[in-house]
Amino acid sequence: MKLTCKEAARLISEGLDRNLNVAERTALHLHVGICVACERVTRQFEFLRRAARRYPGPDDGRKE
Amino acid sequence: MATSHEPGIDSRDLDRHRPRLLRFAKLHLHDPASAEDAVQETLLAALQSAGSFTGQSSVGTWLVGILKHKVVDTIRRTSRERPLELGADEVSLEDLGALFQDDGHFLDKPADWGDPEAALTQRRFFEALERCLQDLPKNTARVFTMREVTGLECEEICKELGISSTNCWVLLYRARLRLRTCLEQRWFGAGSARRT
Repeated sequence: MKLTCKEAARLISEGLDRNLNVAERTALHLHVGICVACERVTRQFEFLRRAARRYPGPDDGRKE
Repeated sequence: MATSHEPGIDSRDLDRHRPRLLRFAKLHLHDPASAEDAVQETLLAALQSAGSFTGQSSVGTWLVGILKHKVVDTIRRTSRERPLELGADEVSLEDLGALFQDDGHFLDKPADWGDPEAALTQRRFFEALERCLQDLPKNTARVFTMREVTGLECEEICKELGISSTNCWVLLYRARLRLRTCLEQRWFGAGSARRT
């Protein structure tokens, strides 16, 4: 199974919500290994998760 | 256990946080009255347990922590009364086609965000994230915030909203792809307002 970026991006996202099967994981690994765009997307989706967990962010940095 | 140091939280202190809490609640709860209620309950709970506030985090962070629980409670209550109705446009991924070429490559190659962690200490970054969330279709934003802001598992979201797992994954995929595009324009891109 050879993935396009469009298919890979969807699997990168779904991998954050469910366990991908072996075929999906292998195909994704092969694609992301040679695709700069999808490697960035992987890191950016993970960053989105960290950012959302911290939402709404710092409150003026004030401590009382 | 509370220390002997009195953190000195009074209702006036807490009221200062009301607008920010309300903004947070409204993002999750689309009924303004429910959002008001959740904030009110949060402030009340905070007053009652002011003694257990250790001062380890800021008051604002502590309040948001309480509010998250209230929001989850409210979601559980209201979703049982009114299951989510998904429009056909939200379960199809047709709108995302515009981000890709016909052969499946990205139309605009995703940019290198460098080290994005510094953004997490900046208020303005979260304001940009919030505007990007508001640009999403309503149910897409709702599922994303349930999953990523309140940290619920898909299984629980599906149960609470009465949607299928596949629909949940589709909505989350749309949310992530559109949020990354939006943040790239508003924050991480060369032409963004980040450095102004």
